[in-house]
Amino acid sequence: MQRNTLRNWSLLLGATVALAFPVASSAQLTKYDLEKTLNTEAHVGNLTGHAKDGAADYRRYCVGCHGELGDGNGENAVWIDPKPRNFQLGVFKCRSTPTGTLPTDEDLFDSIARGFDRSNMPQWSNLTKQERVDLVAWIKHFSPRYISDKAGTPIQIAPEPAVTPERIKAGRDVFARVQCWKCHGVLGQADGPSASTLTDDLGRVILPFNFHEGARPKCGDTDQDIYRIFMTGLDGTPMPSYADNIKPDEAWDLVFYLRTLMSQKSKEKDMAKTLGLKPVDPNAPAGQQ
Amino acid sequence: MSKRFTAVLSMVVLVCCAALILGQRVNAAGEGKITGTVKLDGAAPHMKGIDMSKDPYCSKAHASDPAHMEQVVTGAGGGLANVVLYLSEGYSGSPTVSTAIPVFDQKNCMYTPHVLAMDVSQTFKVVTSDQTTHNIHPNPNPMTGNVGWNQSQPPGAAPVEKSWKAPEVIPVKCNIHPWMNGWFVVVKGPYATTDADGKYTINNVPPGSYTVTAWQETYDKTTQKVTVAAGASATADFTFKAK
Repeated sequence: MQRNTLRNWSLLLGATVALAFPVASSAQLTKYDLEKTLNTEAHVGNLTGHAKDGAADYRRYCVGCHGELGDGNGENAVWIDPKPRNFQLGVFKCRSTPTGTLPTDEDLFDSIARGFDRSNMPQWSNLTKQERVDLVAWIKHFSPRYISDKAGTPIQIAPEPAVTPERIKAGRDVFARVQCWKCHGVLGQADGPSASTLTDDLGRVILPFNFHEGARPKCGDTDQDIYRIFMTGLDGTPMPSYADNIKPDEAWDLVFYLRTLMSQKSKEKDMAKTLGLKPVDPNAPAGQQ
Repeated sequence: MSKRFTAVLSMVVLVCCAALILGQRVNAAGEGKITGTVKLDGAAPHMKGIDMSKDPYCSKAHASDPAHMEQVVTGAGGGLANVVLYLSEGYSGSPTVSTAIPVFDQKNCMYTPHVLAMDVSQTFKVVTSDQTTHNIHPNPNPMTGNVGWNQSQPPGAAPVEKSWKAPEVIPVKCNIHPWMNGWFVVVKGPYATTDADGKYTINNVPPGSYTVTAWQETYDKTTQKVTVAAGASATADFTFKAK
């Protein structure tokens, strides 16, 4: 009888505590929550990844930064910038899918191998494909988004046309029209008028990509990767999706123009030089470059 | 004698009560409404002016009418604008009441309205009236079930149509114009937003007893118990203390 009363009181106390901290309890997943998703799978090509099989590699290679619970709070996290990804949120920069949707398993698989230039995330191309797909399953098991949502449908990338001086010039007009320069600067030097005010979704200072300094874009540096970056946007950052406002043909023009801003040698750069192409004029009225 | 009187009296009371209850049942389909005014008690804090000189299009649009921040906007008699009122307890009807499509406009580099209320699953529309590029970037807490997105809207861009899954107060911003801050307030069931003078009307309220919550971006929430009779209009005025 007495024990029952005590139990009732402790239940009541427990309920009160739970009610008092609903935010704390829903904002952070526990080990107990994560046990429910241990059967998560990942599929890339004909490979199937199993979360449980990725656990050991995660503990060996990833936990130091991304943390045991995948919340990006590993013991090294305080020392590094950009901060490690919080997998619990299920928000990823490098996707082939539209803004606001989950990436495909292949997107995560590629990100692991590619690493992220100018960050502490190295290229894990030394891992076997099976190890990587198991890690993808383990990464997915951290986020409740993977219970309720499926990956988005990848955006279509039109076949790449041949580079011509006309296309480079047209690309400059797209750069002016959608105002990439507001953040990236007219020369792509990350010095646009809004560049110094940018923050990511967690309120941390973030810089726009600087085309000029020889860096590789974080989500890949093939022409297709660059096309994908501005069409899908980089979720969690200020970079929006332009899928609704740049047509596939214009997108290729823009890719070619962006190559002219990069410091790496390219045929686009040579063509722009021959053309004597000038940077966009931020003060020109809309449509009059 | 007195015993019989008590018995008769209690019978009368019982019959009256039954009639009253039955009468209400008969009219239960008639929806009522809740109206009132939300006021600020005390002087409204100073709203900082906005320096839009980094984008000449924006600063030109405000050349004769300087823009100010909008965390606290008051009108006639201290009425508070942009307060969202909704039924936080006691409502068990459909979570999506309104079929209207609320519009969130980017106009002169400001959000109009500053606060857009809507139901879960209700479609809303983001449009741009500006000749400068905006990016519309709501930032919900992913743990609520809502998922953020980030879309560009260059001059002349088509509207963006979206909806939210779960009730939440979601901040929305434009990264290109860092002063642009607004709110999507997603609720379940009937809701209203106060006008420039703090007045509001929540329509389509079924008869019953409710907790009405008033949300304001700076002063957070305050609640009140309100009972709505069938087809009738109940009044609930709210006051936030100025800080």
